[in-house]
Formats: sequence, structure tokens, C-alpha cells
Amino acid sequence: MMKRILLIGNPNVGKSAIFSRLTGVDVICSNYPGTTVEYYKGYIKLGDEKIEVIDVPGTYSLQPTSKAEEVVLEFLNQPADIIINVVDSTNLERNLNLTLQLLKRDVPVIVALNFWDETKHRGISIDIQKLEKLLGVPVVATCARTGEGIKELTERLKEAKSKTYQFLEEEKWYEIGKIISQVQNLSHRHHTFLDRLSEISIKPSTGIPFALIILYLTFKTVRFIAEGLISLIEPIFNEHYVPFIINIVEKTVPVKFLQDILLGTTPKPMESFGLLTTGFYIPFVAVLPYIISFYFVLSFLEDIGYLPRVAVLLDVFLHKIGVHGYTSIPILLGFGCKVPAMLATRILETEREKIIATALILMMAPCMPQTAMIISLVSPYGIKYLFFVFFILFFISLINSAVLNKILKGETPELFLEIPPYRIPYISGLFKKLWIRIKTFLTDAVPMIIFGVFVAGMLDVFRVTDFVSKIFGYPVVLFFGLPKEIVSVMILGFLRKDVSVALLKPFNLSIKQMIIACVFMVLYLPCVATFFTLLKEMGAKNTLKIIFLTLFVGTIVSILLNLII
Amino acid sequence: MDITQLKEGEKAKIIEIRATAGIIKKLDAIGIRPKVEIKKISSHFLRGPQTLEVGTTQLAIGFGIAKKIIVEKI
Repeated sequence: MMKRILLIGNPNVGKSAIFSRLTGVDVICSNYPGTTVEYYKGYIKLGDEKIEVIDVPGTYSLQPTSKAEEVVLEFLNQPADIIINVVDSTNLERNLNLTLQLLKRDVPVIVALNFWDETKHRGISIDIQKLEKLLGVPVVATCARTGEGIKELTERLKEAKSKTYQFLEEEKWYEIGKIISQVQNLSHRHHTFLDRLSEISIKPSTGIPFALIILYLTFKTVRFIAEGLISLIEPIFNEHYVPFIINIVEKTVPVKFLQDILLGTTPKPMESFGLLTTGFYIPFVAVLPYIISFYFVLSFLEDIGYLPRVAVLLDVFLHKIGVHGYTSIPILLGFGCKVPAMLATRILETEREKIIATALILMMAPCMPQTAMIISLVSPYGIKYLFFVFFILFFISLINSAVLNKILKGETPELFLEIPPYRIPYISGLFKKLWIRIKTFLTDAVPMIIFGVFVAGMLDVFRVTDFVSKIFGYPVVLFFGLPKEIVSVMILGFLRKDVSVALLKPFNLSIKQMIIACVFMVLYLPCVATFFTLLKEMGAKNTLKIIFLTLFVGTIVSILLNLII
Repeated sequence: MDITQLKEGEKAKIIEIRATAGIIKKLDAIGIRPKVEIKKISSHFLRGPQTLEVGTTQLAIGFGIAKKIIVEKI
């Protein structure tokens, strides 16, 4: 059997960064506790031997309090050959608690003192040799983001030892105190700019204005970068790509029917629904720029460590609607894509909280691809309508959560969150993370978008659209005030939500119809990728409950909008 | 007095934690236990979370939990 190495440590100590360095596998690392909620596998070569390395979520102790932490115990209970205990050297005392618990077990341990570079300017000095002697296992100073110490860590893996430190459970803090007093020296240091910034952003009187400024800058930056990219890409697409592809297809594909499928029937890229025209326009011209700009800004905020502060600031408010402050992190992730957002809810402790959080994430805002399409379709009518669509969704999601909070029995657990220090983002790490996310979009979403466009074309060719709209069209006309052909668009929304919004374009809707259609398309159903993630995370029963809820709310809201505006 | 009654910047020593075993365990794992010194950083409006510093760690805990941590000013 292949040997296995587990990376175990407190949350936010840089396990994933060390994992990436060891195995070369790119995983997402951020500066907040709870980035990793499932495990990642990679391999390293030691001599001729290939060894499996597993990165698991962080945990403070070996008694799990969330689904993410249960993963740790699951792996600890399987045979492992070495544990690399990753320790935050700027928080040695607290981290040693887990280290001592690991040393009691029958698995060889080696300690990586990560964030070593930060100890110096935090006025912390640690005597590594002494710590190594006291613990009885190898201790290696590392700095995962620069790669310092990783070579030594791999070289010394074979020296890992088990059961080197025996102590009574009741005396663990006494033992830790004893170790700390011998190996660690703290010297006074002056507050840095980042410390002051941290203080400003965590006190409510200054933190709330600060958060509003960040929010404003985030919107501005995301839009600025995205629109900038679109204005670069769109002319290239229209003036070079489209004529080029039309030329090629007309020369090589003799059949008119196939030509129509590939190119569509009109030359307008947003209305033709050709595989090679609209099928490429949606992902690469309309959506990708927003994916790039949104994830750039999000990755920056993640790496600097701002998100836990948002969680603290919003805690009181979020408690009113049944979840605690940490939920703001999955909500923010959900602005990008609902799939990672659903996974991030694993950090929440109770089922009740997960249900409320999931409904909130699904309803509060569309994912970035859908947002990009809504922006592209609605902003020509006027930017105020765009804000109106987002305001409605925001408002509805809050009301919905407040109602769920009243209906569902149970209490909202209290916030319990470590706040990491601000860290200057490491540019190469930031771009690597951005690339991981763009790659996921290119490999997972783009084929689905093109497929969605293909299905849209097929539905049209085979007159399925007419058939479906004949059957289900009447209520849509009566209740939503939308043209009956929109029913087929709604079916496609399950496949890809960006494609379904794009399909609204040829209908030449009035602004009222456009608003209703957009709101309904965001709310009514999750896309297929989100659906399967939900099934995996919540089980069939809760998934159906949530889908029924969003469909119900989407319908009611659309009917009301049709009556009111 | 408890943590919620401390003012910003005040330091205190933990005397007792009057909470369920589960919460005590959770607090213990992060280093909050009797005899430990803490520093209050901020207190959020409307019985919001309390942020504090323990050793070199900063963390935020809900008002309800903070209420259960009895401290003595130093």
C-alpha cells in the first residue's frame, strides 16, 4: 500500500500553502480560517517512493464541532504513515495544544513552524533546537509562501517519531506553558500600519464606514476591470473572430442546416445562437471579464485577511435572519459561483443554519456569470434598473431568511472566529489562485455554456419551444406578463443560468418584463451544477425543500412585480 | 464582571467560564481558560460580537458566550 502523509493543524496556519509546495498541486489558499472544507490529495517522491499527501481542513482540537472538522478525524482514524503538524509560529502556545494531542497518538509526527518570516517583525523568537528536544520530534521552520524550509521538511520526514510526549490531559496547558517558557521569547514591538488598519476595521465605529468604503471600491473595481476587458475583447470578437469563423464554416461545411447550428441565423452574436458565435460570445466576451475581475478583487480581499472582519461586523445583523457572521464568507463566495459557496457552508455547525444560509446564498444575488449577463442585458435600459433588480433580490432574500428564522425551530449558534492578522498579499500566490478559479470556469462552465447554446438551438429547430410554450405558456403570460415563448428559456436555466438570461435578448422585452424575467431566472431554480452540490451536501430531502422554497418565492415575487410595477 | 463589561483596551484575567462543557472545550482549544489574561479589543453594537486578544491570537466571540466568561480587571 502507498504511504500516506497527513497535513494537520489549526485553521489558517497555511496547511494548503505547504501542501501546494510539497506536491505541486494548486489548491486555493486564503487568509481566513475555513478555506479548506474538504480534503485534497497530492503526491511527493521521496527517493524512489511515491507518497500520498493529504491536506485536510484545519481544526483546533481532535473533537470536531463542524462537518469540515469531522473530515480531519475521519482521516486520523485511517492508517497514516506520517503527520506533518503545521503550526503557526506566531501563535505557538495555542497551536501546541493540537500538537501535544497528536503526539499522544501512534503516528509519527513532524512539526512545521510556518509563518516563520513573520515571527521576526512580531517580536517573537523561538528556539527551534530546544523545542525539538522538548517535543522529541523534528521541528522545521517554514515559510510556505516563499517555499523556505520546504526542502528541509521533506528531507527530515523520515525522522518523524510517534508517542514522544506523555502527559496528563488535565495538565496539558501546564505542560504547554512549561514548553513555551523555555523556547519562546516575546519582545515589545511597535504597532505597524497593518495593526492599526486591523484595529480600524474591527471597531464598529470606524469599521462600518471602512466596510462601506471597501464595498464601494469593490463594486467600482470589479466593474472597471470587467468593462475595460470587454471593451478590449468585444471589437476583436466582432471584427476579427466572427468574419473569420463565418468564412471558414461557409467554406468547409456544405450543409445549410449545419451552418445554421454553427453560426446561427442572424449575424448578431447575442441573437444568433450559433454554437461558434453566441456559444463563444457568452463565455468569452460577456462572462469571462467579470469572472476575472470579480475573482481578482475577491482573492485580494481573501489574502489580505479582510473577510473575517466582515463576518464580525455583520454578525449582529445576520443573527436577526438566523445565521451567524461567518455566513458572510459563503455569501461573498456565492457572488462568484454557488458551488464553492455551498461547500463553504460546511463550516456552519447546525442543519438549521445551513438551510437558512443556503437559501440566502441562492437568493441574495445571481452568480457572476449570470450577473454579467444581466448587466449586459439590463444596463442598456438604464443603470437604475440594474440596481433595482439587485435590490429586489437582496430585499427578498433577507425577508425570506427572516421568515425561515421564525419558522424553523432552534437557535442560531454564536460567532466563534479567529481573526488573522492582515497580511500583504503575495502577488504570485494571488495570481495563482486567480488562475485556479479561471481554469475552473474554463473547464467546468464553458463547455456547459456551449452545450446550453446548442440545446437552445435544437429546441428551436425541432419546434420544442413552440410545443412547450403552448402547454405552459398561458400562466407565464397571465401571471408574469411575459411572452409565452420564454418557457423554453426557463427550462434552459437549469443547465446554465447565464445562457438562460442571454436567451432573453431576442424577445425585445420591455423594461418591466426584463426586470421580472431576470428576477425570476435568478430565484426559480439552481443550475444543475449547484443542484448536484446541494444534493451531496444536504441530502435529497433538504435539497427538494430548498428548491421548492426558491421556486415558490420566485413565482410569488414575479407575480407581485407584474402587478406592482 | 464578564467580558462584555470590559472597555476597549482593558486587560483582564479570566476567573471562571460558566458555560456548557461543549463551549468550555471549544474555548479551551483556542486558549481561553481560567487564569489566562485577555485584552478587550472591541465590542459591537446591539449585543454584538466581542473581539479580544489572547496571547498573540485575536478572536471574535458572540455576546452570549462573552457573557459567560467571568473576568477580573487587571
